[in-house]
Amino acid sequence: MVERRRLGNIVPHLVLWIGIAIVAFPVYLAFVASTYDATTIANGQMGLAPGPLFLENYYRAIFVGTSRSTREPVGTMMLNSFVMAMGIAVGKIAISILSAYAIVYFKFPFRMTAFWIIFITLMLPVEVRIYPTYKIVADLGLLDTYAGLIVPLIASATGTLLFRQFFMTIPDELVEASKIDGAGFFRFFKDTVLPLSITTMAALFVIQFIYGWNQYLWPLLITTKDSMQTIVIGIKKMIVTQDALTEWQLAMATAVLAMLPPVAVVILMQRLFVKGLVETEK
Amino acid sequence: MASVTLESVRKVYAGNVEAVKGVSLDIADGSFCVLVGPSGCGKSTLLRMIAGLETITAGKIRIGDRIVNDIEPAERDIAMVFQNYALYPHMNVYDNMAYGLRNRGTPKPEIDKRVREAARILAIEPFLDRKPRQLSGGQRQRVAMGRAIVRKPQVFLFDEPLSNLDAKLRVQMRVEIKRLQRALGVTSVYVTHDQVEAMTLSDKLVVMNHGVIEQIGTPSDVYRRPQTRFVATFIGSPPMNIMEGIVEGPNLVSVGGSLLPVADMRADLKADTRIHVGIRPEDVRVVEDGGTAFRIDVDFIEELGATQLFHGKIAGDEFVLQAPTGLIAASARQLALTVDATNVHLFDRETGQRLGQVDP
Repeated sequence: MVERRRLGNIVPHLVLWIGIAIVAFPVYLAFVASTYDATTIANGQMGLAPGPLFLENYYRAIFVGTSRSTREPVGTMMLNSFVMAMGIAVGKIAISILSAYAIVYFKFPFRMTAFWIIFITLMLPVEVRIYPTYKIVADLGLLDTYAGLIVPLIASATGTLLFRQFFMTIPDELVEASKIDGAGFFRFFKDTVLPLSITTMAALFVIQFIYGWNQYLWPLLITTKDSMQTIVIGIKKMIVTQDALTEWQLAMATAVLAMLPPVAVVILMQRLFVKGLVETEK
Repeated sequence: MASVTLESVRKVYAGNVEAVKGVSLDIADGSFCVLVGPSGCGKSTLLRMIAGLETITAGKIRIGDRIVNDIEPAERDIAMVFQNYALYPHMNVYDNMAYGLRNRGTPKPEIDKRVREAARILAIEPFLDRKPRQLSGGQRQRVAMGRAIVRKPQVFLFDEPLSNLDAKLRVQMRVEIKRLQRALGVTSVYVTHDQVEAMTLSDKLVVMNHGVIEQIGTPSDVYRRPQTRFVATFIGSPPMNIMEGIVEGPNLVSVGGSLLPVADMRADLKADTRIHVGIRPEDVRVVEDGGTAFRIDVDFIEELGATQLFHGKIAGDEFVLQAPTGLIAASARQLALTVDATNVHLFDRETGQRLGQVDP
């Protein structure tokens, strides 16, 4: 097998590069478009190399916004999206780690029933329960608030399931050793379960941050004020139906900006993720 | 230090599975008590009940003069060493040992003193900053023991602590545990399925089977005078040979047509009663064919280095004979054997109870 490896390396690389080109080219084009002025783009005179207006376009997008459609600078949208995504990610981790801890380590009546009820909600996407959820949020006066954006999306069957599976791999002897060492259930959670769960938390954080960041339908429903709109909604609003009116260079700049935080989260968390994986190795 | 007393302790699991069926046991202050038995005999359950990790269905457990049935594990003043060590993987060795003391609110200088002393005794001082995963099996084992020592408990509980070590390390740690227990003088209860560990470590050996105690005694007591057929075959390697036999008269039985004198035999056994006769592999001697000798047909020989095992049959029953290498010609096909009357053990065929004099 060894002598065949040289050729064997070339083919997978080729396939990989083709794949990367297919995925990355539209993103690159979006970036290029964000560095020209609107007329050049509309006339189809945009080249494959970045244009001269990088700083100007991004400055306008972040601090001023489009002149007609969104009326808010992208900076505000990004802040809104960030608060929402963070709130959802952190909230989900907090809620699901606690409920998984209860399900795995406490024996109470209808424990498995509780678990299955949580599990069943996995099969129910947000869209199905969106009207009742809207009604509740509206009645609570949470429209156009961060709480309204975050709270309904926090409950997570995926997270609970993930933590439950992880907790089941913690040996029983560790619980017993803690008991003998005089650690109650809260101490055991704080001193042993939390530090051991860091890897799982990092993984869940990455997934849920991106999930929160990419939310479209829910923020579209419950935010009406311009100051509360998220970046995903913002991009949609920027692309007006009449093509000529769309400020493509700003829409593209916004799209590029919208990509950055999820990418940053993946890169930053990946380090912790890998570190965590190495550290918990037995 | 404290004694441990069990009074008709029972454990019934859900579904009416009775794991421990009424066990009474006195473990003297400072002694080393080993619970030994095959897996599923209830020995671990018993230990976990002493630790407080299992509830007690019935009976009483005392540590010192305190009944601990309803006392939390942490309040029982015990320390436990687990089979898989159960070290906290995210804490370094120092924190692993200090954790229990911190939870108890022990002052910092005292914790430091105790941890460093334990580390010195166990020779793990160079590893105090390491995480458990950076340690070898033997070192982890020491840390687990260190965690028990720093607590200065009334009782040490060991749950098969050496099973995860390789054979060489196991022997070494066995000696260390014994030495440590002697030095600290802490009452210890040790669970194992390994009869060599059981024999070498214990002051008091408790053999369990199917949730009941088969025999309690010193190791030599249990070895020389097994009270049941189960104990006879469980303790000792290779195990005691058990053969069909018939009572011929007072202190006389026959096996496969040969007569054997028996020193320890119940007086009221009637002639022609069928019984089981037990003889340890190392208790027989080869003789010139003579009057009282019984014969085995050798099937094959196992070499153990210092000794050889001759596998054969006596009147249809398997028989193993252990002899120093070279004492018996390896070419021997048939051997005439004799055994001292004191080394013949009789057991009831039905109950497996020893048919010896009631009180020797």
